[in-house]
Amino acid sequence: MATFTLPKNSTIGQGKTHKAEPGAKNVKAFKIYRWDPDTGENPHMDTYEIDLDKCGPMVLDALIKIKNEVDTTLTFRRSCREGICGSCAMNIDGLNTLACLKPIEDVKGEVKINPLPHMPVVKDLVPDLNQVYAQYRSIEPWLKADTPAPPDEERRQSKEERAKLDGMWECILCFCCSTSCPSYWWNGDRYLGPAVLLAAYRWIADSRDEHTGQRLDDLEDPFRLYRCHTIMNCTRTCPKGLNPAEAIGKIKQLMVERQG
Amino acid sequence: MSKIEINSLRTPLGRVRGLGSAKTGTHHWWMQRVTSVALLPLFLWFVYACFALAGASYAETKAFVGSPVNAVLFLVLIGFLFHHMASGLQVVVEDYVRPDIRRMTVVLAIKAVCVLLAVIAGFSVLRVAFT
Repeated sequence: MATFTLPKNSTIGQGKTHKAEPGAKNVKAFKIYRWDPDTGENPHMDTYEIDLDKCGPMVLDALIKIKNEVDTTLTFRRSCREGICGSCAMNIDGLNTLACLKPIEDVKGEVKINPLPHMPVVKDLVPDLNQVYAQYRSIEPWLKADTPAPPDEERRQSKEERAKLDGMWECILCFCCSTSCPSYWWNGDRYLGPAVLLAAYRWIADSRDEHTGQRLDDLEDPFRLYRCHTIMNCTRTCPKGLNPAEAIGKIKQLMVERQG
Repeated sequence: MSKIEINSLRTPLGRVRGLGSAKTGTHHWWMQRVTSVALLPLFLWFVYACFALAGASYAETKAFVGSPVNAVLFLVLIGFLFHHMASGLQVVVEDYVRPDIRRMTVVLAIKAVCVLLAVIAGFSVLRVAFT
């Protein structure tokens, strides 16, 4: 059966509390998942009290402040701090999102931060993304055309054809959606997940691509594609406001359409 | 993630590509939608039939079920209903049951039970209609 409960060595314990400096007026508590592969201990939740008067507005600002000033061992990915690199994807206040785009003031009470759900954890808030990256690679996310491009010119596309890619090229592969999907939790080894299927549809919908049928062939599988049950968590959680569920629906539509 | 093959040194891409795509699934998915839509009017008719037959005697019921239109509608309802039931349950099993061999066994068992129930129900309709 699919595993619904955490294994014994993954149950989460209580951790330390790092108090705010005395005299801090605007204090907010951040409860953060901690796990260190080197200690062999179970994961735990550490609490950090932060003076918001001395902190930037976003959750990522608080994380960076904690790492710089309170606890240098806290581990997380971050890079661009403006929602374009997808590194700081994590579960904040129960919803997968980018820490750099999530205002602290949007969270009532303490801010609970966990790594992206149901992925192997490397350390603290860093999930192992090898499998999703391999899945992304497996759909061959590049233009495939047998007709050579016109000499000294790009491959042409009408404005309408180009418009079909809107809502898909914006995906930054943060995998908030895939890791929010129960189908991906239970069958992630075979189901491709919303992020990768959105990327697949981005190439299926590209008028310049000449391998549409082959792309559909590769997706036509009870697990790769049809584990999607339109749960819509993907669309609800996407920090870029994209709609992977719609893209998956369109792939299914094409599958039916090509049968005649 | 269901099971991480910790002992496997296979690359992630090799694992993800696995045995390739099954090249099926569309028919199953599409028929599930088609039967669900078809069952809407059929069920409305079925509810009407239940109300129409409330308190009716066996002879009256036999006459109702035996009329060509009703008998055919019953048979169509039974066919779609059990098809829909089998394909719906199969989806649940595919979602949750491991390993592969157990999943296959359970899916086959579900299909067997549904076919059996459908044939029994169909036979009952015919028997009521023709005796």
